[in-house]
Parts: sequence; C-alpha cells; structure tokens
Amino acid sequence: MAEIRLQQLAHSYSANPSGPEDYAIREMTHIWEQGGAYALLGPSGCGKSTLLNIISGLLSPSEGKVMFDTTVVNDMSPEQRNIAQVFQFPVVYDTMTVYDNLAFPLRNQGMAEAKIQIKVQEIADVLDLQPLLKKKAKGLTADEKQKVSMGRGLVRDDVSAILFDEPLTVIDPHLKWKLRRKLKQIHEQFNITMVYVTHDQLEASTFADKIAVMYGGQIVQFGTPRELFEKPHHTFVGYFIGSPGMNLIEVKPEAGGVGFGGIHLPLAEALQQRLAATKWSTLKVGIRPEFVHVWDGPFDDAMCADVTYVEDLGTYKILTLNLAGQSLKVRLQEDKPVPQGQAWISFPAQWLMLYADEFLLEADASAASASEVPHE
Amino acid sequence: MSKVQNNKAWWLVLPVFLLVAFSAIIPMMTVVNYSVQDIFDQSSRYFVGTDWFRQVLQDPRLHDSLLRQFIYSACVLLIEIPLGIAIALTMPTKGRWSSVCLIVMTIPLLIPFNVVGTIWQIFGRGDIGLLGWFLNNVLHVSYNYAANASDAWVTVLIIDVWHWTSLVALLCYSGLRAIPDVYYQAARIDRASNWAVFRHIQLPKMKSVLLIAVMLRFMDSFMIYTEPFVLTGGGPGNSTTFLSQTLTTMALGQFDLGPAAAFSLVYFLIILLVSWVFYTAMTHGEQN
Amino acid sequence: MNLRKVVPLWIYLLFLLVPIYWLVNMSFKTNTEILGGLTLFPQDFTLANYKVIFTDESWYSGYINSLYYVCLNTVISLSVALPAAYAFSRYRFLGDKHLFFWLLTNRMAPPAVFLLPFFQLYSSIGLFDTHIAVALAHCLFNVPLAVWILEGFMSGVPKEIDETAYIDGYSFPKFFGKIFIPLIGSGIGVTAFFCFMFSWVELLLARTLTSVNAKPIAAVMTRTVSASGIDWGVLAAAGVLTILPGMLVIWFVRNHVVKGFALGRV
Repeated sequence: MAEIRLQQLAHSYSANPSGPEDYAIREMTHIWEQGGAYALLGPSGCGKSTLLNIISGLLSPSEGKVMFDTTVVNDMSPEQRNIAQVFQFPVVYDTMTVYDNLAFPLRNQGMAEAKIQIKVQEIADVLDLQPLLKKKAKGLTADEKQKVSMGRGLVRDDVSAILFDEPLTVIDPHLKWKLRRKLKQIHEQFNITMVYVTHDQLEASTFADKIAVMYGGQIVQFGTPRELFEKPHHTFVGYFIGSPGMNLIEVKPEAGGVGFGGIHLPLAEALQQRLAATKWSTLKVGIRPEFVHVWDGPFDDAMCADVTYVEDLGTYKILTLNLAGQSLKVRLQEDKPVPQGQAWISFPAQWLMLYADEFLLEADASAASASEVPHE
Repeated sequence: MSKVQNNKAWWLVLPVFLLVAFSAIIPMMTVVNYSVQDIFDQSSRYFVGTDWFRQVLQDPRLHDSLLRQFIYSACVLLIEIPLGIAIALTMPTKGRWSSVCLIVMTIPLLIPFNVVGTIWQIFGRGDIGLLGWFLNNVLHVSYNYAANASDAWVTVLIIDVWHWTSLVALLCYSGLRAIPDVYYQAARIDRASNWAVFRHIQLPKMKSVLLIAVMLRFMDSFMIYTEPFVLTGGGPGNSTTFLSQTLTTMALGQFDLGPAAAFSLVYFLIILLVSWVFYTAMTHGEQN
Repeated sequence: MNLRKVVPLWIYLLFLLVPIYWLVNMSFKTNTEILGGLTLFPQDFTLANYKVIFTDESWYSGYINSLYYVCLNTVISLSVALPAAYAFSRYRFLGDKHLFFWLLTNRMAPPAVFLLPFFQLYSSIGLFDTHIAVALAHCLFNVPLAVWILEGFMSGVPKEIDETAYIDGYSFPKFFGKIFIPLIGSGIGVTAFFCFMFSWVELLLARTLTSVNAKPIAAVMTRTVSASGIDWGVLAAAGVLTILPGMLVIWFVRNHVVKGFALGRV
C-alpha cells in the first residue's frame, strides 16, 4: 500500500461525548506515506497508544475513517490488516522456543514449513537471534524478548507497516541504542513503513525522518526534527523539544508589536496585520534559549536583564535571566564571556515566534499553522 | 523482598505455633498412642506394636473403602477441573453481570455441608423433589438414589460438582484476570486462533492456580464425609461409603480405638503422599 | 455478547440456582402441600415454617450457636495470624520454612482423623460442648489458611514503609495498628471471608464437640432428619436460613474476593 490515511478521525472512550475533553483523539486528518520512518512523540496520556491501536485495528474509532490507500478499513480486524505491532511490554509465548515464536504468525497463515524455515532464519540473522533459536522463550532477557517480539512482526512478508508502542521502555539504557540502530537498519533494508511511538524526543529524532508531535489528542505538528526545532507550530512543541525547551512569555498587543512588563517587542508589519485579524484569548511569544542573542555590552535596542543563575555544562552554559519579571533561559557558547549581574539581550526577529491560543501565528496565512496535513 | 534475619520474630509466631500445636500435635500424639496399644478400658491397656497397622492394612472393608475413595476422587478431578476451566473462560470480566456471576457462583461454597446434602436429598427424591419427579415422570428414567447403587454414585458426584466446581472456576478466573491485555492483543496481530490463544497464553498462565485447584480438590474430595452421609448414609449397602465415614464409624461408632487410630495415621499419610506427588510432578514440569 | 460463551455460562448458573430455588420453594409450603404433589410455586403460601424456627428455641439457638463460634473463630484466627504473617513476610528465622510448611500440612488434615482425639482432649479440659471448643478446633485449618493468605497480602506492602515509620518514631504496635493494618485492609477482609466460610460450613467437628449448649444449626438439622416423620417444610426453611449469612458475607466482600482468589491461596 502507498499510504495510511486517517480521515477526520476522532475517538472518544465514552458513549456520549459532550465536549472536546471527552475525546482521546480530537478530529484529525493525517497521511502516513509508504516506506517512511515516523515517530509519534508526545507526553503520557496524549493519545499516542490509542492512535496506534486504531491504525492496527485493535481499537475501532468512534468517528472518522481509517484508510489504506483507497480502502476504508474501519471494520477490518487486525487479523485482516497487514500490520504488525510491537508493544511496550515484550510479548513472547513462554512455552515455545524462539524459533516457534518467530514461526507462529506464519504457521497461523498456513505457510509451508520449508518456507517458514527460510523466513525465520532470515529474520533471526537480521536480529542476531541465531544462537537463541532453540532456547525456550521463557528464559530470555528483556531485550532478547523484545527482539523476538519485533521478529514476529518482521517475519510476515505481507506486512507493509510496523507500529512500535514505546518498545524500548523496558530495555536497559546501554542496550537501547543498539536496538535503535537495529531498527534503523531494518527500515533501510526492508523499506516498510514504521511508526514509532515514544515520549523521548531523543529517540524520536534519531529514529525518524519525520516526527508527529501529539498533544491533547491532536497532532500539532508533523515535520523533520529540524523543522520542529526551528519553527514549532505549537507552544507544546517548543517546550517539549530541545533542552531546555523554548522560552514562552505572555504578552499583550501594543502599537508596532507586542509587549510585556514595560518591554516592547516589535513585529513585522505583515505579522501585526495578521494578529489584528485573528481572534485569540492568550498570546505568547517564544524564543529558544539557543537563539537569544547576548551582546557583550549595552547596545542600541538591546534589553537589559538580570542574571539570576549560571549553569556550566562544559561546552556551553545555561543562564537564567530575569527580564521584567519573566524568567528566561539562554544558552551561551563556551567561548563567549559570561555577563555578570546584568545581560544585554535581543530577540532576532526570524527566531521570535508568536503564538495565539498556543498555535503559531505567521505573517503568511497560507503557510498554515496548525495543519495536520504533512508539508515539505 | 529482602528479609532480615531475626530470631526474635519467633515471638510473633508463637501464638500461632501454640494454638496449632495444641490442635494438631496433642491430638496426633493421642492418635499415635492409641495406634500402638490395645485399650479395653481406662486402666487396662497393652502395647501391641504394629498389630493394629497390620490388621488395618489387611482389612477388606478398608480396601473397598479406599478403592471407592480413589475412584471417587479421580472422577471428581476429571469432571471438575476441565469444567472449571471452561466456565472460567466464559465468565464476564467487567460490568454488573460480572458481579452477579461471581456472587451466584460463590453461593454453593458457603452452604453448610449438611445443607448441601439436604438440598439434594430433597431435590432428588421421586415424590417431593423436582429432579426426581422430573426424571421418573417426564423422562421416564427410573431414578432412585436410595435404592440403586449407580444412581447413588451419580448423585453423589453431581452434588460434588454442584458444590465445588465454582472453586475451581473462581481460581482459574482469577488466574485469567492476571494475564495482561497485551498478550491477547499480540495474539490478534499474530492471527492466532482461539484454540492457540488458549493453549499458548491462557493455559500456561493458569498453571499455578490449576495446581492449587487440583491439590485442594483432591484433598477435600478425599476427606469427604457429610454430603454423601446426609444423602445416602453410605448406602445403598456400602456403595457410597468413603474413607472418612468408615473411619468415623470405627472410631465413634464401634469405639475400636486402636484400629481407628492406626487407620487415621494411614489415611493422613496417604493424603500427604499423594499431595506431595502431585506437587512435585507439577513443579518439576514447570522447571523443565 | 458472544452467544457461544454466554449460553453455557447461563446453563451452569441455572444448574447452580435451581436446587436452591427448589429449597426456597419448599420452605414456603405446608407439609400437606409438599407431600400432596409437585407444584412449582407454593399454592398455599405460608410463613409458618419460618415462624417455627424463629420461635422454637431448639431451632434458633442452633443459628446463634453457629454464628457465635464462627465469629469467635474468625476473631481468634485473625488475631494470632496477623503477627505471625508479619513475621513470615518480613523476617527470616530459625526453622521458618519448615514451620510454614508444617502449618500448611494442617490444612490437609482430615477432620475424621481428629474426631476422637479432639473429643477426648476437650472433654478432659472441661471444654466439651462449648463454643470456644469448636472455635479452637476450627483453628486447626483456619489459622494456617489465615497466615498463608495474610502473608501474601503483606508481602505486597514494601518494607520501606515499615522503615519509614520507625524513622518517624513509631513504636511497633503503633505502626502495626495505625499504618500497616489499614494498608492490608482488603487482605484482612478476604481472610475473614475464608475463615468464616470454612468454619460455617464444617459439620463433623462441630457436631462431635457439642451436645446441647453449643449445638450448631447443622447438628439441629441432621438430628431432625433422623427423627421419624420429617418436617420437610421446616427443614427447608432452616436450610434457607443457613444460606443467608453466607450470601450477606459474599455481598460485603464481593470486590475483594477475586483478589483473594488471585493470590491462589485458598
């Protein structure tokens, strides 16, 4: 199949949802293209697992359609879809050997034993499970079990997408990176669509070509890790990605821009017009600690902030500043001098983001802000 | 959890130890005492060594009773264990029906044994019982548990199934509930059939509770006394006289203290031995 | 609802309920109606049978006696089992594994074996025909069971809680009463349920150790049976009344029963 499409999909666990709070997944339209490595990133409880279960068929959505190419698959059971899913908790059939575990899905399909043997050997090779094939699944370590779980997903040749639900949670940290690399290799080798759910941004950015960030039941941004970093479409994306996350300050509109606590931040003409034309209840600006410009001394329009704390992290430092009552974090390269007592900073216009009701406001309305449809 | 070595913990255990010792050790000593003596009355007793044991082990009455008991316990296990598993698989896991189901199933377990006997005694009679009347007058099957030995056997078995299958079912149910949902989800993705799910997921996970169910049902069925006694008094003839009843008659009815005591020891030993065999067989299988 | 699953379950539940329905049915009929012919519902609905039980002392005293010794047994079993279970759960001590195993073997003891010795033992200390005698006798199998179940629940409470309490200055009794017991509340409920269950249903020992004063309802019923001219209506009513306490107890602990079975320690 060429794509998995979620058309106006929404899901509520209650029978009669009365408002948006009752929805685990709010209405979304989204396309996963064939062969991509995607990450679904978000905090616990944002609906990631629900979305995964809807795609694989373990859960039937209360509204909307799930489509594989042009076929609506809402009523298809997981057995009928050609999707594999790997769960957070390694699932192996204890009473069977590793070989039988891997062969299980194929035997259920009625494949010939000879073919099964070839397939199992192939997958065991890829996952380095060869020495364990004769072993009973019960005595394996957690990461070996998880590999077997993944193996069961890969062994079927009719599988066109594999969904991973936080599969590395139970794995020891020093083995995590090994398995992650293995997954990347598998993706390159087999060219299967992979959707990887995680709450760890590092995992997401190392695995995926494109990340879908999920918050409160919605996919708030879908883009490459770089896009997510440089241009977060939602304050949550700004806050969640990056270490430390984006600085967010509540502001009010003023002539020529916005302001807070006596500080005026100018905005481009086009953006001001856009702001005037938009209805909003909360307004924020955001700027990443990496992008705050620190001057060596007082400068033109630079704002003066009090330095409250300096953290030295080796190759860089994190300064905590107080700007007119608002706390700001700034990342300073190691070769730059550390301002004492007071710092002179400015916010470069290209990195200063304006958020109305948590969503990014851009001067060009056609560069849609909270769109769920993927763009380049 | 890591436990701390501390012998002062014996103070905490002492009440239990004393109480159970009082209830167990002292009587057992009495039993052992009687089993090696011939007691005529309070003042004249003679040490007879292993005489009683020899007599007991050769007594044909006891052989019959023992055989009957083994057949009975075997039937009980063969019916109740699979039936209990099957019921557990059908029980709902949530909602109001789940509570109703649990409550109805627990009711037979809380009825005093003699009332269980009485319920079926009434139920099975041809004149005043629904079952008896139904069998005799509607299905035209002649059924009389008081006069016909095989009818009595079947009835006694059905009483036990009625009474105790819920225990097996509830144990299996709790074992099933402990299986995380994820296993079922993975099985669906793997396109496993219902039978495969049962064989590879449910049955293995139920092993420990099944072991307990088998042991409990074996032990309790081997000790059964009240229900068959209330129903048939052991009859017709001897056909439903099991070990406990034989022993009770010997000890309290005939007051043959010596043989009764010897038999008691043998009885207890048989139970311990067979339980131990079951236990080792099953845990050994698990280690493999 | 999966019909293939639901129908067998319903058949089984009906199988369980029909004999009980028949008993209840009979308890509301007069003897003439019972012996006259088979009726599915009482034609001549009467409460006379229940009246007999509630007014005749030889009947209702049976219930009171049974309830009394069962409650006594539950209280005794719980009180001695709680500290012991705590010891097994938290400490290793000399002979602990053997002691635990020995306790469990008592659960396997056939009551018939202990009939005569108990009879002589309790007679010799002058406790024959008392409630405490039956309560103590039932401890033989209830106390090991209580220790076993409670130990399971207690092991689910992390030791860190004990240690924190000691650091906070609690003495052992205070810690046990104020902190620990509330944490294992459902465990105590389940244990009490099983103690009640096994003591309430037991006939052999209860009958052997009593004659008049502490005669349990089970003995009253069986002695009625051996008399000539059986009063079926009253017998049925008596039977129904023995089922009621059990149903009440199940109702109270219905949420915890599954958890208790889940420990697999019945």
